[in-house]
Amino acid sequence: MTDVTLKETPIIKAHQEMGAKLVDFGGWNMPIHYGSQIDEHHQVRQDAGMFDVCHMTIVDLRGCEVIAYLAKLLANDVAKIADKPGKALYSCMLNNEGGVIDDLIIYSMEPAWVRVIVNSSTREKDLAWMRSQIGNMAVDLNERDDLAMIAVQGPNVRELAGKALGDEIAGADDLKPFNALLINAGADNERFVARTGYTGEDGYEIVCANSQAEQMWNQLADAGIKPCGLGARDTLRLEAGMNLYGNDMDETQSPLESGLSWTVDFSNEARQFNGRSSLEKQKEQGLKYKFVGLILKDKGILRAHQAVLVEGSSLQGELTSGTFSPTMQKSIGFARVPIEASEICQVAIRKKQLDAQIIKLPFVRQGKILVS
Amino acid sequence: MSDIPQELKYTKSHEWVRLEDDGSLTVGITEHAQGLLGDMVFVELPDIGDEFEAEQDCAVVESVKAASDIYCPVEGEVIAVNEELEDAPEQINVNAYHEGWLFRIKPLKEDDLGGLMSPEDYAELVESESH
Repeated sequence: MTDVTLKETPIIKAHQEMGAKLVDFGGWNMPIHYGSQIDEHHQVRQDAGMFDVCHMTIVDLRGCEVIAYLAKLLANDVAKIADKPGKALYSCMLNNEGGVIDDLIIYSMEPAWVRVIVNSSTREKDLAWMRSQIGNMAVDLNERDDLAMIAVQGPNVRELAGKALGDEIAGADDLKPFNALLINAGADNERFVARTGYTGEDGYEIVCANSQAEQMWNQLADAGIKPCGLGARDTLRLEAGMNLYGNDMDETQSPLESGLSWTVDFSNEARQFNGRSSLEKQKEQGLKYKFVGLILKDKGILRAHQAVLVEGSSLQGELTSGTFSPTMQKSIGFARVPIEASEICQVAIRKKQLDAQIIKLPFVRQGKILVS
Repeated sequence: MSDIPQELKYTKSHEWVRLEDDGSLTVGITEHAQGLLGDMVFVELPDIGDEFEAEQDCAVVESVKAASDIYCPVEGEVIAVNEELEDAPEQINVNAYHEGWLFRIKPLKEDDLGGLMSPEDYAELVESESH
């Protein structure tokens, strides 16, 4: 191998033993599948699967001004989870022009301690931006590259993970969706368990020390939770209507035209978060695009960057993500389309223009198809 | 090491070519190529009667992951296409060299296979690309 610079997660050996097809994923040597990404997709929708997500970046923010810091840093309002240990919140981190630097989840750990999980592909710019925004505030930023993360997802996965890990994740059974729990805090066997995920199914994201990740992976596998690659992770998140940073939004796009308006909280007028004035100007001037789901009516596959044409509009839309949906057995995608679009649009695929149905996201949640 | 049948010819763009008794050529993608692309979900085949130059793109195979152009190995006319792939593109994954064939062409010139690769040369190409 010439790719000597690829980073590896602490679970790499288990992946190789389990027959993973490994690919360069943003500088990490990661499993794309273990045989069939479609089988792995169904495994998560119908039973129980797990993903190595150690490449993601975990950051701990501590200090008495953490909440004030996050109130400015994030477009969603940290007040919703402040001083409520265990609560999680999804948010965008915007630049001053209202473009999306990254999307992330924050977890309230303790008063004056918030954990942030950001994307792997944006690690460096995220950390630089987050550091630059601290200024004189009493906030300490600590990247936790000593920690590993495994996502277990699927309707049967919580029961199986409970059996596999027992007391290691004691109390996780009682977690509500979008809540988290810190177990054995500060000890060698510390576990952070969040009832969150990126598939539209129930499950946990479990954080442990790097040195214990491989053992945990194998314990979960022994309980019948099947390893799944990043290929299935992508089709699952698309069906679930969840955005992917870099595809569906980036620094040149507004969250208001990326299907993320629900995560931008303008309600506290005194909260001057980064990008707020730009977004308010956009709303005042009127948005030109909206973010929708598409189902291709003809045969073919929707892919990112295909052009979307809407009758009666001079503006052109664009696919931001597209794939084949294993659950629906049709091609689906996300698109930024002219705001007047409704019901039907045309997608340019090679030399053809094919009809696609416009729907409100998501396509699939908890094993059920939500659109017709 | 991928399966590379000795009786076939190959292209650098990972198509296989079989010379039939009637002089026509059957074309598909190699075991190595299907492994790289993963689960097939859509195939766009040429029409019977279409004529293509050598190395002209003439079909598309799409896996969940990506779309991939198929190039015509030699100049010729399409005389048959594997219509079963329309409803069962996964046949390419199951058996790339038989049920997964894509189309058959009648070469414009006889003995036009000189530009294609031998199994040995193709094996070397696969080897070099996996490093």
